[in-house]
Amino acid sequence: MSAGESIVGPILAVEHLTMRFGGLVAIDDLSFTASRGEITALIGPNGAGKTTVFNCATGFYKPSSGRLVLCHGTWPAPEELDTLTQSGRRWAAATGGPVFLLERMPDYEVSARAKVARTFQNIRLFSGMTVLENLIVAQHNPLMTASGWTVLGLFGAPRYKAAEHAAVERARYWLDRIGLADRADDAAGGLPYGDQRRLEIARAMCTEPQLLCLDEPAAGLNPRETSGLTELLLAIRQTHGLSILLIEHDMSLVMEISDHVVVLDYGQKIADGAPEAVRNDPKVIAAYLGVEDEEVEKVEAEIAR
Amino acid sequence: MAVAAAERPATAGRLVAALKDAAGAALLALGLAVPILALRIDQDINNQPVLRPRWDDVALAVALVFCARLAWLLLRWARSGTAVAKPRPVSSGAGGYVAARAFAIVGAVLLVLYPLLMLALVGRAGAIKWIDNFGIQILIYVMLGWGLNIVVGLAGLLDLGYVAFYAVGAYSTALLVHNLGFGFWLCLPLAGIFAALWGILLGFPVLRLRGDYLAIVTLAFGEIIRLVLINWVPVTNGYAGISGIPKPTFFGLPFNASDEGFAAVLGIEFSPLHRTMFLFYVILALAFLTNWVTLRLRRLPIGRAWEALREDEIACRSLGINTTSTKLTAFAIGAGFGGFAGSFFAARQGFISPESFTFMESAVVVAIVVLGGMGSQLGVAIAAIAMIGGTEILRELDWLKQVFGPDFEPTQYRMLLFGLAMVILMIWKPRGLIATRHPSIFLRERRAVRADLVKEGHG
Repeated sequence: MSAGESIVGPILAVEHLTMRFGGLVAIDDLSFTASRGEITALIGPNGAGKTTVFNCATGFYKPSSGRLVLCHGTWPAPEELDTLTQSGRRWAAATGGPVFLLERMPDYEVSARAKVARTFQNIRLFSGMTVLENLIVAQHNPLMTASGWTVLGLFGAPRYKAAEHAAVERARYWLDRIGLADRADDAAGGLPYGDQRRLEIARAMCTEPQLLCLDEPAAGLNPRETSGLTELLLAIRQTHGLSILLIEHDMSLVMEISDHVVVLDYGQKIADGAPEAVRNDPKVIAAYLGVEDEEVEKVEAEIAR
Repeated sequence: MAVAAAERPATAGRLVAALKDAAGAALLALGLAVPILALRIDQDINNQPVLRPRWDDVALAVALVFCARLAWLLLRWARSGTAVAKPRPVSSGAGGYVAARAFAIVGAVLLVLYPLLMLALVGRAGAIKWIDNFGIQILIYVMLGWGLNIVVGLAGLLDLGYVAFYAVGAYSTALLVHNLGFGFWLCLPLAGIFAALWGILLGFPVLRLRGDYLAIVTLAFGEIIRLVLINWVPVTNGYAGISGIPKPTFFGLPFNASDEGFAAVLGIEFSPLHRTMFLFYVILALAFLTNWVTLRLRRLPIGRAWEALREDEIACRSLGINTTSTKLTAFAIGAGFGGFAGSFFAARQGFISPESFTFMESAVVVAIVVLGGMGSQLGVAIAAIAMIGGTEILRELDWLKQVFGPDFEPTQYRMLLFGLAMVILMIWKPRGLIATRHPSIFLRERRAVRADLVKEGHG
């Protein structure tokens, strides 16, 4: 499904990202990279700026400064990137594959062209539409092309019918993957909470993303549903060679599935590395326990005792 | 025995509560009736104002409210005592859809046969009134309702200035006829295109607005168009309006008594009925076209994007849907149908003036869409028939004069009756006549979506 399975290296590079809301600095000079085919987790205490990073990466916010580079193929040479940045364009077909500067793109283009899909912290399904319709709406752009921007579709062109059939097949595949095939014709708003979470992921996957951004996918799930979600995410990564950027508060989930963890606190990166390394980082512990760095050892000693 | 004894005080208590409640309602009625009913100023023979007290009317109104409220409370009380809570049907299933479809087909056939039925029922002389005042008038509003349904019902954008596009269609037809000498059949598509362009023009500035703000700006847009029509006298002739718009022809054959007329060429006796019936079928065809296009669009990506936009705009954008162009197409297509209707209106009336395009018209069309159930084509058609047909029927109720005396003019109570009917309907069916949503695509079985899950849109 993905051309990028054999390609290794970064898929997304966040460089010197700063986001200010008036006087408030939500993200302060943040840089990290997410590698292709890996699950990168973004963690941090409440209000650390995690969702703001997501909103910047998916075009919902325009960052105050910084660069967000996404690449569909092998990572471009620095000269190529500089040329693109100076050209003022939003994307370019570099030698390794198309390169996108996400901070310049409007939100719908980030999904349509740069192939970055996202889910939301508070589920945003089309509740009055059926489960199947939710998955069909996600395939809007290819269907729109097939329907000749509505004109051909209005007269029932066979090309559109074939495209719609293919869209339903894709939807059926994802319904099977998330175990909701029996409820395809029910309203999405009538599903149990856990099913809605999985449906939102399936809907994002129907846009055929290269990078999937999940904003607290396990929030509100019970332990059994969380383990089901873990399996689903690992399986998606395996079969589709997908890269995932994840915000999560459930530490056991983060430690279990992520390959790489970035920790934010007050909009600044305080740790970046493998889950094990991050878990034992005194700065991270301090941020989560809400104490100053110097006091960490004292606190740890107290915990040990 | 003990149970019965225990119940008796409870019964008495409830009776007292009901009486108190009814008395409260009566007091409210008194408060309203005194300023409205109690004093009437008439003119005597010398044109002098005479104050005529009508305290008996006030007393009657208050008594009526008291009795009605008490009866209502007692009835509800009696029913709550006996009725066992009925289980709510979980889903209407595919049956609801089949029934609605069958109903729609029967309705469409009835509409096609309507002029002939009227001819058979009331004869040639009476039929013109029934076909023109009822049939054509209602169908114009059905078409307007269906056009607005795209914007309000599907895309969830509350447009209170829809009459502007109706006016653009009508005036572009009138102006094209007068200045360029175009015929109706050429003006019709042009009017639709012009109205659609105006729809896009309105769409651009309001793209960022939602909810109440969108409603206010669209309302203002409708008023701007009307004021321009009034004040741009050299072009629109202001209040005086534009007259002499030719009626549609039948493939070039005019409907008149001349030798080149429709009747003479076909070798039949001339009758004004021919034109009325022809106009009826023209607007019927236009309305069916609107419906066909809307139903078709709902199954296309653009229609699904409209509905998704109504449900959640941010989710739409996260899925790569360009919400700007999606909203603009909704405005343009809805406006285009309004323009068609306006063009037909101008040709049917032969005369247009800004008086025909007041805010009241927008309000009626919005009311039709809301009463019908937003997004439901069948519901909108039924609501248009009830609202516009109801207005026209009131003119026909002469027998009411025998009940209320010769001074009684039923049309004066039109708005009162409508207000009442709407309040009742909104209590009984708050989401409109047909509130369930039928999905545009299904895997195994078409199940209706419950009204409470469907969003109304946020703007």
